[in-house]
Amino acid sequence: MDQLSTVFGALSDPTRRAILARLADGDLAVRDLAAPFPMTQPAISRHLKVLEHAGLISRSRRATARLSHLEAEPLRDATAWLARYQAYWDERYDQLDELLARLQQGQATATPEMAAKPTKAAKSKKGKKQRGRNRS
Amino acid sequence: MKTVITAPEGTPFVDTEREFDAPPELIHRAFLEPDLIVQWLGPRKYEMVIDTFDPRPGGAYRYIHRNEDAEWAFHGVFHSMDIDNMVQTFEFEGYPGHVSLDQLAIEDIGGGRSRIRGHSVFQSVADRDGMVENGMGDGVEEGYDRLDELLAKLGEPVGTSR
Repeated sequence: MDQLSTVFGALSDPTRRAILARLADGDLAVRDLAAPFPMTQPAISRHLKVLEHAGLISRSRRATARLSHLEAEPLRDATAWLARYQAYWDERYDQLDELLARLQQGQATATPEMAAKPTKAAKSKKGKKQRGRNRS
Repeated sequence: MKTVITAPEGTPFVDTEREFDAPPELIHRAFLEPDLIVQWLGPRKYEMVIDTFDPRPGGAYRYIHRNEDAEWAFHGVFHSMDIDNMVQTFEFEGYPGHVSLDQLAIEDIGGGRSRIRGHSVFQSVADRDGMVENGMGDGVEEGYDRLDELLAKLGEPVGTSR
């Protein structure tokens, strides 16, 4: 399995996601991590092992406690851009579905309220964000 | 239906695959006719305006997604309009100089249904990820400090990779 698949596998469990969310606030020892969950420390340790294998956390020893530390980078790599990419394509293709259904029902080029007519309205070639521009 | 997205690790590629309940020719039209494109290509909550649209090899396009506060413009050049090999460049004007080469093929899978396969090549792995972060989200600078928001998004699987 590649890294991304391992990360997704690790994230597929709600307890592990909850553990990551808690670690976002700071490093914790197993007993502290286990506290809010209705599960034993060994069970939590098994989850931590999966997260560590995926590179999502690292573990260090301070005095006698073994602290878990969130490693955000693989999480960003795995989720941030891919989740957005997924949302981007799902949205545009869902809209394409709707358009195709309208076209097949013979509503030719019926433009729904949400869609704008193509115009030559945009004069700027800069493409910079322009604040305060009104909808036409 | 969910789009299947494949983003092989360490490569600047992204592949997409999606099936539609419509024949290939109709989908092809939805990509080539401006009055149809504006009905689906933009994010739902934004208005889409087409500035330039010249669908022939060497022809340019430019379109803008906008809301009350801001606009995001994109442009590129068409290289092929063939139904089994639609090729164009794509650039977000807010991230200039970072251009992807996008290929789409519309296949007939029988029963009046079609499959779109997309293959995008970015200039680098960083560009691939950056293009999404800069140009394909909802355009709002969300930042990545809010890890819990990210985690909330993980409530459902976000895609596949191999």
